[in-house]
Amino acid sequence: MYQDVIIAGFGGQGVLLIGNLLAYAGMHAGLNVTYIPVYGVEMRGGTANCTVVLSSEEIGSPIIHSPRSTIVLNRPSLDKFQPRLRDGGVQVVNTSLIDPSLIEKKRVRTVALPCNDIADKLGNPRLVNMVSLGAYVQATGCLPLTTVEKSLTEVISSHYSHLIPKNVEALRAGASEAAKAK
Amino acid sequence: MAGRIFLKGNEAIAHGALAAGCKCFFGYPITPQNDIPEFMSSAICKAGGQFVQAESEVAAANMLLGAAAAGVRAMTSSSSPGMSLKQEAISYMAGSDLPGVIVNINRGGPGLGDIGPSQGDYFQSVKGGGHGDYRTLVLAPATCQEAYDLTRLAFDLAYTYRNPVLILGDAILGQMKEPVTPAKPRKENPKEAQDWCLTGAKGRPTRLLKSLFLDDGALAGQNLRLKAKYEKMKAEIRYEAFACDDAELVVVAFGTIGRIAKSAVRALRAKGRKVGLFRPITLFPFPSAALAALAAKGKRFLTIEHNLGQMVEDVRLAVLPAADSDFFSVLPGNMPIPDDFEKPILASLKGAAKKTGAPGKATKKAAKPTPAKAAAATKKTPAAAKIRGKAAPTAKKPAAKGKKG
Repeated sequence: MYQDVIIAGFGGQGVLLIGNLLAYAGMHAGLNVTYIPVYGVEMRGGTANCTVVLSSEEIGSPIIHSPRSTIVLNRPSLDKFQPRLRDGGVQVVNTSLIDPSLIEKKRVRTVALPCNDIADKLGNPRLVNMVSLGAYVQATGCLPLTTVEKSLTEVISSHYSHLIPKNVEALRAGASEAAKAK
Repeated sequence: MAGRIFLKGNEAIAHGALAAGCKCFFGYPITPQNDIPEFMSSAICKAGGQFVQAESEVAAANMLLGAAAAGVRAMTSSSSPGMSLKQEAISYMAGSDLPGVIVNINRGGPGLGDIGPSQGDYFQSVKGGGHGDYRTLVLAPATCQEAYDLTRLAFDLAYTYRNPVLILGDAILGQMKEPVTPAKPRKENPKEAQDWCLTGAKGRPTRLLKSLFLDDGALAGQNLRLKAKYEKMKAEIRYEAFACDDAELVVVAFGTIGRIAKSAVRALRAKGRKVGLFRPITLFPFPSAALAALAAKGKRFLTIEHNLGQMVEDVRLAVLPAADSDFFSVLPGNMPIPDDFEKPILASLKGAAKKTGAPGKATKKAAKPTPAKAAAATKKTPAAAKIRGKAAPTAKKPAAKGKKG
């Protein structure tokens, strides 16, 4: 098993958090994993991305230029990473902030869903990252969603543990939206 | 797989130090190593040790010297510009036979450079770094697990040889997270420094730890002892040889560039190309004998580094005259991309096939133009082209001298 993903969006959208979450889930599933954030002078509102690699074999490069999959939460991220996505790759695209007409039709497989709108309906706009990760896990089948859910305690501090059920709900909402898209 | 913890490389180094019984940490902030002092500032105190944020890198390194003189397992960490400041104390430690662990999470240079990854400090790390004739043991981890394991090893080696030991990582290793399987904490050995450390001379003859040798022949004697020590360190040589047995071309790379090169080597192996990877884990002592053995088998070499060509000199010293090494540069300031490695590897492999294919006299003839051919092959890549551009100003210098004359 091998999967790599670049997760990208605005700083503050929680892309590094779901990258961590996916990596923890991979570790709990017994896989080798690497997680690397872009590292530079970052700020809220700027763009942020991280790369996660999941593999049953030893992982060589933690840095991926042409990923097999992406999660893109904003327009600049689509502009940057869609052209780099490998042929036949999978991308999860947040259509709340990205015009669907920009999505490549044939070369790659796209799961398009309005993550912000779904998060709003769940009552917390900050769940946008969890919605997208739920859709990603469903679309790629890289890990069981339950493993991701169980790993939430690793990335959400005990102070905010009361928010975990809502995050689980958001993961599931994203997954079911992706299942419908199939 | 249970019991694995998910750590940044920087954190893995700090965890490794604690597992090795590190009792003092002296820090000073600089990116991209900041996670080490940040973690240590609380964790080492909980482990019964001491954390000091020094007023400068110079002070932190001299505190390390002090702790070592007292026989205490201690560590300091920094990144490239800060490492330059620590060199004086490291030289004094080497001259005084003092053990200690120093971590360099290499960033771009020269000068302040940038905060991204680089391997520009290879020379500084393996050729001494400060003034005088000395060497430090240098360990170059490529994974977070190795960062953890080699840091534990570094403390043991420091005390075995009474010598500073350097961990050389980069911003990728420092910032990347991977699962790490922790080891059992080491049983403390209160006797490991009892024969030489300074604890107060009550009831025993006085001791002196110093690097100043003014008596006739004393300094020569000390240098001879150091030389013998560096010879003994060859017992610690470590390296990873991947798919080298039947390889025509061996890629030589260390640290994170080593693992990224491994991705490229694997991908080319899958396409049936006979390439292998040789990753030195100890940079000093350098695994020269193992490389020489590969050269004797007729293999050719390509060294890939995240600098303008430093380790390649040691590779060439090891493999000459049986072979030579091509070089591919990832420029400091740019991120290494595994896809970029395949082209230069294939170009060098092509050169290798030509050379091994030519029998008898033809081989001798082919031997001369080969380095030029290989250089031409690498020059085609944009990175190498930039190097040429940068080299141009120095080429003008002799002309200027001519005018003066």
